[in-house]
Amino acid sequence: MIFDTAIIGAGPAGMQAACDLRARELSVIVLDEQPAPGGQIWRGVERNCQPGSELAQRLGAEYRQGAGVARSFRACGADYRPLSRVWQIEETGPDATEQCWQVFVIREGQAEVVEARRVLLAIGAQERPVPFPGWTHPGVMTVGAAQIMLKSGGLLPEGPVWICGAGPLPLLYAHQLRKLGGQIAGFLDTAPRDTVRRGLPHLSGALRDWKSLAKGLAWQAGLRAAGLRRETGVRQLRAEGKDRLERIRWETPEGEKTAPAGVLLIHEGLVPSVHPTLSLQCEHTWSDAQQSLRPVLDAWGETTRRGLFVAGDAAGIDGARAALAKGTLAAVGIARSLDVLSEAKAKQARAAGDRALSKARATRPLLDTLYPAPEGKISDDVIVCRCEELTAGQIRAAAGRGSADPNRVKSETRAGMGPCQGRQCGYTVARLIAEAHDMPRAEVGFHNIRPPLKPVSVGELASLGKAKA
Amino acid sequence: MAQPDHIVIGAGTVGVSLAYGLQKRGQSVCVVDGGASDFRAARANFGLVWVQGKGGNLPAYARWTAESAALWPRFRDALEQCSGIGLDYQKPGGLVFSLSEQALIDRRAVLEEIGGGALPEGVEMLDRDALQARLPDAPLGPEVAGASYGASDGHVNPLKLLAALQQGFLELGGEILWDWPVQTLRTTDDGYELTGPDGETLRAPNVIVAAGLATPGIVAPLGVDLPLRPQRGQLLVTERMAPMLPMPCSGLRQTADGTVMIGTTHEDVGLDTGTTQASGTMVAERALRILPALSGARIVRQWSGLRVLSPDGGPLYTQPEAYPGLWTVSCHSGVTLAAIHAERLAEQILAGALTGDTRHFSKDRFHVPTLA
Amino acid sequence: MFRPLPDSSEGPTVTVFVEGQPVEAYVGETAASVLLRHLGTARTTSISESPRAPFCMMGCCFDCLAEIDGKGSTQSCLEPVRDGMTIARQMSARKVVAR
Ligand SMILES: Cc1cc2nc3c(=O)[nH]c(=O)nc-3n(C[C@H](O)[C@H](O)[C@H](O)COP(=O)(O)OP(=O)(O)OC[C@H]3O[C@@H](n4cnc5c(N)ncnc54)[C@H](O)[C@@H]3O)c2cc1C
Ligand code: FES
Repeated sequence: MIFDTAIIGAGPAGMQAACDLRARELSVIVLDEQPAPGGQIWRGVERNCQPGSELAQRLGAEYRQGAGVARSFRACGADYRPLSRVWQIEETGPDATEQCWQVFVIREGQAEVVEARRVLLAIGAQERPVPFPGWTHPGVMTVGAAQIMLKSGGLLPEGPVWICGAGPLPLLYAHQLRKLGGQIAGFLDTAPRDTVRRGLPHLSGALRDWKSLAKGLAWQAGLRAAGLRRETGVRQLRAEGKDRLERIRWETPEGEKTAPAGVLLIHEGLVPSVHPTLSLQCEHTWSDAQQSLRPVLDAWGETTRRGLFVAGDAAGIDGARAALAKGTLAAVGIARSLDVLSEAKAKQARAAGDRALSKARATRPLLDTLYPAPEGKISDDVIVCRCEELTAGQIRAAAGRGSADPNRVKSETRAGMGPCQGRQCGYTVARLIAEAHDMPRAEVGFHNIRPPLKPVSVGELASLGKAKA
Repeated sequence: MAQPDHIVIGAGTVGVSLAYGLQKRGQSVCVVDGGASDFRAARANFGLVWVQGKGGNLPAYARWTAESAALWPRFRDALEQCSGIGLDYQKPGGLVFSLSEQALIDRRAVLEEIGGGALPEGVEMLDRDALQARLPDAPLGPEVAGASYGASDGHVNPLKLLAALQQGFLELGGEILWDWPVQTLRTTDDGYELTGPDGETLRAPNVIVAAGLATPGIVAPLGVDLPLRPQRGQLLVTERMAPMLPMPCSGLRQTADGTVMIGTTHEDVGLDTGTTQASGTMVAERALRILPALSGARIVRQWSGLRVLSPDGGPLYTQPEAYPGLWTVSCHSGVTLAAIHAERLAEQILAGALTGDTRHFSKDRFHVPTLA
Repeated sequence: MFRPLPDSSEGPTVTVFVEGQPVEAYVGETAASVLLRHLGTARTTSISESPRAPFCMMGCCFDCLAEIDGKGSTQSCLEPVRDGMTIARQMSARKVVAR
């Protein structure tokens, strides 16, 4: 069957869009690689929000809100396929009378094709990779990874646990850990020290969402009251040890420090997941505020390829509440493009959605300013491409040897050719190219992204031929 | 910059092989290269240095290819030394599989025709058992009847070859202008003038256009009509794996890095470098008929490149009569021919004329009526 | 590196086999999480053979590649535990064997 819409991602944006499209009686299939709905922020929300659950209480009200959305989603009548990985998306040929997309999926080792008239990518974000010496050591993980361990398995880190980075997520996670009885050896804050001065111009706008601001301040106050060791102005972090993390070292304006460490959790903000839109050659723009790419979208959430929509953090980092609003807006756009919503009705619905989105985004300019992407020089010996084990020095040498074309650097070094397809090294390589050619980061672009977007085996790919024969 | 002796248009494998060969012969050469969105077969190819089966319809091409393969080991040594970049070149011979007894018989017939009635030198036919003995770590699929083996065949990392040629050329004192897409090419009193981005110009007495599929468009305004067309090939590459294939095979080779390349399609789709699931499935199916054990290997990337093809598949080297010092050089197998391009072809271009076998490679063999 | 919350001991568990040893796993956690708790690593790289452990837990670093139910190069952070699942680290480059 050909669905009206295939949604990829069952986080806030995807679930909301599915509910809204179903309310307009459109057929919807939702594909997500996780075992249950919720996306990243609401990981394990059904599992954890059983009545009387201690964990759900400690994770906070915003987390518990996800249970309601997941319940509506389960009931909305969308064909929901968990544990389904989308590895390629194609538009059927121009000779087809009506536009149709083919979405190629791996589910429990079986390759399948899903057909739909519209596609919505609600694939969220990933944490920004920021290489530093020793970041490949076992024992070093992202804060998001540790929070996923907490939400999906109820697991707390142990050994001397250090958190290093900047942004709301490390604060929130530290706050959650503290409430659950976890131990933190210290919090290393990498945000620049002059945050107050930098943030001031954005404060009045952010006050439109004073509740979120108050929450952030309360987390900080709670951590201070609990006597958590906190260092500010942290630079030059190093993870050291033989075969695994044993020690960390860092610098502050006051000097170099070191401490034993068992787990080091890092976080430097999020970047939208753009691999699918890059591979489909949609236009993208560079966001200076968020130091990342995002697909160019029209007012309805449609990319520069007709029939392909993006919602949620994949369209720009704005948080879960905004993701819900973007899901609603994309559903309006899709209904409009399928001619089940008149132009007038669509505009009306959009106005309401736009208002919700604007409110949900109120604190974003402040957050982007308080927690900028780190810009410190990456020393030559640091591994940049984790898959191919390439150092910044190797990338620099290749970058300086010829044109500022990321595809050339990729082909000469293999950076971005490993299994992660440059999800870990892409932005850093581009940054090193910009540095070598003394050009703005926005002008460097990104290397070509090719299928498969997710791993597929030779046998799985071949099996699609037998299915047809 | 002082005016160079030669300008080469195109920093792909073909252009830089020639530039490297000319610079080595004491010439001063400047290479200009195009924009980020250009078609670049040099970055998309399979990396075979391949002889067996080539030139069935063009015997001179078979000889030219064989000579290049013979030159390759020395070419490699010199280039690695000059550039400091290892090429991962090996010459263990190569295999072409047959998936039925009949296909094996047909394969022998094709090769015997090229060899003038007998198998060409260095070529043998292997039955299934003999083949399996040469591939002890790669259990063959039940359909495999055998293969032809060519001792002259080998493979190289094509990306390292390209980087080494560029680096070697620079080490020898050459110059490359990146991001310098040529807008126009015109004659002057004593040679040629190119216009690049922002109206910048370059002049030289000799110009070699080796811009792949963009070559015809650059010389067309001069009334030179080149019969070249694109043909798309799609490839898959797997994750790194422990060694299993000790030699390259047609459509299947394990690189020095351990990845297995699986290819490739032949599609007439114009200037489209997209990939399709259907083609991926097709080459994956064929690979599994040969080596079922590959089934569990993860594909890391599928991509496509555009072959630069002349009507008979052979090289196209042309110095139009009206334009002394202006050459066009294009071919499909630029990796295989890199060695001979850097040596014999560079010599002939320096001498000002094609001699011997290469005379067969001019565009005149197609008798294309020109508009001029 | 990680320990369960005091109250998750009440949650349902399954038995999985980590390099042959039966261990208890919490329903909801992934094979990567089991590897982290019991071995602290998931693989050694195919180039320098250095040890790696799950890093992102959300499918974008590939440092959690392991052998799950005999299938190599599986992203263990995307595999929820199932009763009887076998989990093993992947050492160096994969060997492909006929199945
Ligand atoms: C680790 C982490 C922790 C965070 N914590 C917080 C927090 O505590 N509070 C907060 O306000 N914000 C947090 N954020 C931000 C918040 O997660 C986002 O704002 C919100 O989740 C965006 O919703 P979404 O629907 O756009 O994407 P997501 O919630 O990320 O959902 C996307 C879904 O798509 C699936 N998917 C992606 N690609 C494919 C594919 N090819 N095939 C199949 N499925 C696919 C993913 O598995 C995922 O389930 C966090 C983000 C991260 C990455
Ligand atoms: S831990 Fe990063 S992909 Fe699994």
